[in-house]
This record gives sequence, C-alpha cells and structure tokens, in this order.
Amino acid sequence: MTEPICNRYEFVLFFEVENGNPNGDPDAGNLPRIDPETGLGIVSDVCLKRKIRNYVEIAKAGQPNYNIYVREGAVLNKQHLTAYEALGIKSESKKLPKDQEQAKKLTGYMCANFFDIRTFGAVMTTEVNCGQVRGPVQIAFSRSIDPIVQQEVTITRMAVTNANDAEKERAMGRKHIVPYALYRAEGYISSHLAEKTGFSDEDLALLWQALMEMFEHDHSAARGKMSSRKLYVFQHETALGNAPAHKLFDCVRAERIDKARPARAFADYHIELHQDKLPGNVKVLELL
Amino acid sequence: MGYGIKLKVWGDYACFTRPEMKAERVSYDVITPSAARGILEAIHWKPAIRWVVDRIHVLKEIRFENFRRNEVGSKISAANVKKAMNGNTVALYQSVEEDRQQRAALLLRNVAYVIEAHFEATDKWGERDTPEKHYNMFLRRAREGQCYHRPYLGCREFPAQFELLEGELPASSLRGERDLGWMLWDIDYADGMTPRFFRPTMRNGVIDVERLAQGGGVR
Repeated sequence: MTEPICNRYEFVLFFEVENGNPNGDPDAGNLPRIDPETGLGIVSDVCLKRKIRNYVEIAKAGQPNYNIYVREGAVLNKQHLTAYEALGIKSESKKLPKDQEQAKKLTGYMCANFFDIRTFGAVMTTEVNCGQVRGPVQIAFSRSIDPIVQQEVTITRMAVTNANDAEKERAMGRKHIVPYALYRAEGYISSHLAEKTGFSDEDLALLWQALMEMFEHDHSAARGKMSSRKLYVFQHETALGNAPAHKLFDCVRAERIDKARPARAFADYHIELHQDKLPGNVKVLELL
Repeated sequence: MGYGIKLKVWGDYACFTRPEMKAERVSYDVITPSAARGILEAIHWKPAIRWVVDRIHVLKEIRFENFRRNEVGSKISAANVKKAMNGNTVALYQSVEEDRQQRAALLLRNVAYVIEAHFEATDKWGERDTPEKHYNMFLRRAREGQCYHRPYLGCREFPAQFELLEGELPASSLRGERDLGWMLWDIDYADGMTPRFFRPTMRNGVIDVERLAQGGGVR
C-alpha cells in the first residue's frame, strides 16, 4: 500500500442526463427528484456513491484491497472473501486484547481491504469509537443548473404478467424522464481523515477515474443517456488547505447560452473557470 | 479563557437529528450546541482544549423539506470481520437489495448561523499550551478557510461553508420570542456519554446557550 494523500482537495463534477431519470424520488412515485422551491433537479449523495462503488467493483474486479463492501445484486460476484493476511490476533482465551485495540485492528483490516470503506467510511457493530470510520471523501447533493421538467412517458407492453389478464393483451406502464439537464456535484476530500483510513494517491486517481467514467457502466432503461462532462479538481498545497471551499466553487460557473430556449444538449451550456478569482496556492486540474 | 470567537456557517441543507426521531430523521429547528461544537472541532481542536458554545444566532427563516433515500439497515458485523481475519471463509459484504430501508428525512433548507464560542482548558493542558496559541490557530484557520476535515451541518452530506466573523454581527431575519422545546445540548463524555438536554428560547434569532447553562438549565 502506498502512503495516504497529503493534500486537501475539493472537486466540482458536471454530469448530464438526456431523456432519462438520473435519480428517482421514492416519495414521488419515482419521478426525478426535484427541489420543490426552485424546481431544480436533485441527485442525492448516496446515488453517486453507489455508482462510484459499482465502477470500482468492475474496474478492479477481484483485486485484493479493492473490494467493495456495500454491493448491489447486479454486480454481485459470488466471490467470497478469504483473509489476505491474518493480522496475528491470536485467540488467547485468557488474555483478550482490550476492546479498543481489537476494534482498531478490525477497522484497520476493513479499511485495507475495502475501497469504499477507505473512501466513504463505515460503521461497525463495535461500541468503541474505532469501530466507526469517517471516510475522507464527502459528497453533497448535486443540483441541476436550471429548473428541470419532469416528463411522464406512457409506454405499452405487448405481453401481460397474469394469465387472467390474457384477453387484455397488453399492459401499460409509465416512465419518467428529464428531457435534458446538466447537474453539478461538489465534493470534499480531507487529507487528515485519509491518513486514518489509508486512502492513498492511487485510491484518489481511481476516484477521479470513477467520477469520469461511472455513468458508462450504469446504462439502463431508466437512466437514458448520462455522462460526466467536466471535472475540476482543486488541489491545495497543504493538508489543512489554502482557501475556503466556497470561494473555490464560486470560480466555476455554468450558464445557459441562450436563455430564451430550453437546453437540450451540453452545447447549450457554457462552463467557465475564472482563473483570476482563484486564490493563490490552489491548483486547478481540469481532468475532463 | 476569555477569548471568544465568532464563526459564520451556512449551507443549502442541514439535519440536526432529534434523538427521539432517528429512524426517519427529523431535524431540530436550529443547530444544536453539540453540532456547533463539531463544526469548531473540524477547524481546530486539540485534546488540551474543549469548545464551549456561548450563543447561536439563527440568521434565516426556518424551513423544512422532506427527502427520502434508500439506506442500508445494518452495520458491519465485527464477528464476521474477525472470522475473515483469522482465515475463515465468510461472505464479507452487504447486499443493498436484501438490506434496504427507505427512510425519509425532514431536512432544514438554506441555513445560516453565527456560532459564538470560547474554549476551556482540559486536564490534557500541557506546558506548551497557551490560550493565545489556540486562539490564534483557530483564527488563522478560520480566516483562510482551512480545516482538519470539512465541517458539516448535522450529517456529512450537508457540508458547511464557514468564515470568521470579525466585524458586525449580521442581522437575523427572525423577530420575537420562540420556545424551542427540549433540545439536545451535548453529550457528556465524562459521564459515560450521557446526553444532556436544555430548553432554549430564541429571542430575535439569538439563543443564549451560556446563560442557560450557567442558570442550571442543562439537565
């Protein structure tokens, strides 16, 4: 394993959806999530985390240290984990190690083996504080740049499920789509927490890759066409950072070019990075 | 320790979960002193100091929004991990479909607060600790937007933006008195993690935590 990262990072990811539902709202019959006050579309933090996990599971299939703990049935490979290295906790029946130490070891083992625990953290059943990991990577809710339109599309199927519906010959169904929307996600990476979970530069590179390519492996009937469009990474010089996050995020603006027409493609947006507003000692990497 | 600091924090969403409504989370109307302390600790903390929240200024109108997500129901089983470590074959993963719980959360929208606080020395206070040192460290970090980890408004998916307030207190849009009912004040770690509660009244957007705590209002 390589060393944990030693810089603070923030990132802004722009991703688009075309004729699809990026994240359904279980409270609204799976309509695309929407902020009722502004009409802007929302994609939850956990939705993107799920895609990152799925991507890593595909990209690093079967590699030790890159297992994914929280899995989805679709990508569930029935490969059971075996121990990679017994950490030498001897079962000394008379001398149990202190609960705290034991918990630390268990947590350390999980961090070393599972990418998603190293990255996002996890909670273990142990009551001690070491049974709980705060991961370095924090992702907020994503929001669309403009208000979204939730379109309902009625579809028919030329077959029925139940035998007693046989004379009906067809079933009707509904799909909810957003014709087009550009979403903006913001995230934070703490180097101090990375130190605790062992989140390394390699892990970071994998995370960037996942952010850029996660939609490529997530196609489905519901999603439509989704893709990552722009990824800006702000790299601070130090672990503590050199500038307030909100000032960095303000340097990246996305605007619709023609306000009179609704946006239907990425080309309808103009994304600009205001280098002049950027505080010193923070590097911007335009990864996509 | 007479050094007080003022920190302005704000964000799009917040969820200061009421302990009596944890499964389907419902947020308190305002930030709790314990969440405010967590924000300060994310910027600067050492075992030598303990942050004490004096006053909370609520700058914006209190608004809620409902948000439902798919969550997993269980924690990682320590027993299973132990088995895997000892070389036994176990299925060490969590399947989200089998373990799914859809939970709603009643979140706060568009919040902004000013936290007034000071720190006190703990028994870990060493020879090299001076009040000036910790005070200036906090000021420097808060001014430059530095933080140990990104502070958050109750849950980690609701990051907090912050800046040091060195001038006038911004005006609150709230007027009048409001009884907030019993709220969590903080967890007493010295006493086996016992939660302590208090009953604050918000006057024109200001909650005077210090006065309540000194007046024996914390139980």
